[in-house]
Amino acid sequence: MRLERRDNTPLVLMIAAPVVAVVIALALSGVLIALAGVNPLDAYYEMVKGAFGSRLSISETLTRTTPLILTGLAAAVAFRARLWNIGGEGQLYLGALVAAWLGHSLASVVPGPLAIVIILLAGMVAGALLLLGPVILRIRLGVDEVVTTLILNFIVLLFVSMMIEGPLKDPLAFGWPQSVPVDREVLLPKLLERSRLHIGLLVAIFAAVVVWVVQSRTVFGMETKAAGLNPKAASFAGIKLGKTLLAVACISGGLAGLAGAIEVTGLKGYVTLDLSPGYGYSGIVVAMLAGLNPIGVVITAVFVAIVFVGADSMSRALGVPSFIADVIVSISLLTMLVCLLFTSYRVRR
Amino acid sequence: MTLEPVLELTNITKRFGDLVANDSISLSLGKGELLALLGENGAGKTTLMNILFGHYTADTGDVRAFGQLLPPGKPRAAIEAGIGMVHQHFTLAGNLSVLDNIMIGTEGLGHLRTARREAETKLKTLSERFGLQVNPNAFVSELSVGERQRVEILKALYRDARVLILDEPTAVLTRIEADQLFETLRDMTASGLSVIFISHKLGEVMAASNRVVILRGGRTVAERQTAKTDRAELAELMVGRRVVRPVRTDQEPGRDILTAKNVSVLEGGRKILDTIGFRVRAGEILGIIGVSGNGQAALGQLTSGLLAADSGTLSYDGHETKGFSPHMLVRAGTGRIPEDRNTEGAVGEMAIWENSVLERIRESRFSGNGFVKRAACRNYADELIERFDIRGATPDTGTRQLSGGNMQKMILGRNLASSPNLIIANQPTRGLDEGAIAAVHGELLEARKAGAAVLLISEDLDEVLALSDTIQAIFKGRLSAAVPAAQAESRAIGLMMAGIWEGENAA
Repeated sequence: MRLERRDNTPLVLMIAAPVVAVVIALALSGVLIALAGVNPLDAYYEMVKGAFGSRLSISETLTRTTPLILTGLAAAVAFRARLWNIGGEGQLYLGALVAAWLGHSLASVVPGPLAIVIILLAGMVAGALLLLGPVILRIRLGVDEVVTTLILNFIVLLFVSMMIEGPLKDPLAFGWPQSVPVDREVLLPKLLERSRLHIGLLVAIFAAVVVWVVQSRTVFGMETKAAGLNPKAASFAGIKLGKTLLAVACISGGLAGLAGAIEVTGLKGYVTLDLSPGYGYSGIVVAMLAGLNPIGVVITAVFVAIVFVGADSMSRALGVPSFIADVIVSISLLTMLVCLLFTSYRVRR
Repeated sequence: MTLEPVLELTNITKRFGDLVANDSISLSLGKGELLALLGENGAGKTTLMNILFGHYTADTGDVRAFGQLLPPGKPRAAIEAGIGMVHQHFTLAGNLSVLDNIMIGTEGLGHLRTARREAETKLKTLSERFGLQVNPNAFVSELSVGERQRVEILKALYRDARVLILDEPTAVLTRIEADQLFETLRDMTASGLSVIFISHKLGEVMAASNRVVILRGGRTVAERQTAKTDRAELAELMVGRRVVRPVRTDQEPGRDILTAKNVSVLEGGRKILDTIGFRVRAGEILGIIGVSGNGQAALGQLTSGLLAADSGTLSYDGHETKGFSPHMLVRAGTGRIPEDRNTEGAVGEMAIWENSVLERIRESRFSGNGFVKRAACRNYADELIERFDIRGATPDTGTRQLSGGNMQKMILGRNLASSPNLIIANQPTRGLDEGAIAAVHGELLEARKAGAAVLLISEDLDEVLALSDTIQAIFKGRLSAAVPAAQAESRAIGLMMAGIWEGENAA
């Protein structure tokens, strides 16, 4: 048996690959669920019910989807340009912190809707700036951005911790480490009455469409694609690699920062250290599962959200630890990587 | 064939998807024979040898070595049967010594001590016996390409190979190194080894082999005793039709288009181009000949806008500068053919239409308001495919799927389509087959006729002699004085390529 490179990938296979990957991942995770003493089919039934069973659960799933789309896009945009931004988590938190600070102080100065726009933009700028440092280091000195962006996540978390214990601490929170709350004026409108679902979802989907259009239809998209796939050929064609990378960094960091700003203004209203259950990292999985396709990101973000929300209620109903959600998502990533292999290679006897 | 056969391939067929790479090929190799496997790119030579060596398994057919059937798909079995293969792209580890590279895989992992001393003795004996001089303790990364190939051959011999297969062995060698290689191969066959070498170069096949098997389109089309055939016949058999390389006609050059005066380029404090000077005029081809690695890459990058001069001046159409940018050159009407079409010339994963327009995507015919005019781009790619005869392509075909020759035609096409006034052609026919070479030469001469100035950087002396009006040699980053092609003779140019020219380099 050996692998041979395919000349081109049939469309069927490109669509089938993620589906097959997920099915295999569910089957493998099923073994673990069975070991926990529960029939995997029951567990998955509970999971689907937990994620879709009621109006509430659907709205919860979509609420979870929102930040995953944005961090997924952040990773997809960066990875396509071969910029390994592992710092989505840190960019998200910095965006969130800036949003909380502005949300607290800005509403008294400018009218609500304008303030919301400023806050979201500021969150993006914060995320973008955080990624620019590592990227400039890479361009100038060849420093590996995987390391720098990853380490920055921890630094940012400590910084956030410092701010919400210090200057930005909410004096009315009974001593909990919690940032000042944003003004009611700047909370994002709800998408659905009596639920936590807010218009951030539409912003995220809109962002995905914009990213898709930019990537597939614009000069900038074509140049970043070339720069990512073959930097030598791109610079021969006159594309400035450093500039391209900086622009990609701004977009990627900006999307992750936006995720944080939206979580604060749409959902939580303030920043705590458990604002994100690892959205920045899950975004990487979302992007990989989607094959870095921005529209695919929306779909895989829904999938990951289903697994997380569903696993919670499965755990409540059947007593299986909710950590199984992490296992399912992680195994999906692995099986997806294997399935992707078969989209570009075929097996020969 | 009276020779005792050491290797027999019978009815080998191998399909890749719809493509039949080998169509029921049979071949036998006699003891002490030097067999050339001649064919154009894509004729199925490499596939056949990979089947023989067990890298691929054939769909049908079998391989016998010394009368024994070889199990398919097992390179180790092939090695044990005494078959050694030297790949076109070397399989050596640069961070290991020559001896380590040769010994790798010959000893079991369980042994606590290695037989280094014995191995070194054996290696020395082998290198003396076949005149393959190489220092066993040198790191492979320090060796020249020719030396690395010697290591590859020694590696095969060390494993007691009695049949040696070489895939395009001269592709990376200088002419002198190639001559040495064939000398060695002849010594080997004289002492009872058998050799197959794969080639598409008629000259070396005629000079070195005993017998030629010609492959075309996955089939054996003919077999000849080398002594009883000639270049013209082989060329026709290989290509399937008569190929005539186009011939240059005399014409008066026009004004200066590109000149360099005392240009030096530094890399880490070392001069990779050392006070060079040249002049290319409109309607003239200036050929820069030299052995690989003497500064051609830097010269190509300098003139393609990827490097700037540290001292001296370049002048393009009267406009003086230290360095160009790709954008500026493309806008000013320069066609640039990069040294390596795969890594610099095209993005393999992108479609042909994307590669056709990549360097001019900001022109208003291909984009507006930041958006790509996809229909216009596709039409343009269609025109290129049509006009430059790019085979097996539509605008949406992945560029990687093109053969080397067709990819080069695409690169030529996208440059020539906008009638350039200057063409920088760096190794424009490297790795191409006869048909494609003729096409590329034809296009360059056509551009010259239309008044373009052409800077041709090449390692192929025949090519430079055939195309150039003026010739300069490049050696260790320096350029010789210009010699009119009419007065140039091979021997003098051979000396110039070794850095022997009269006086200092004149501008």
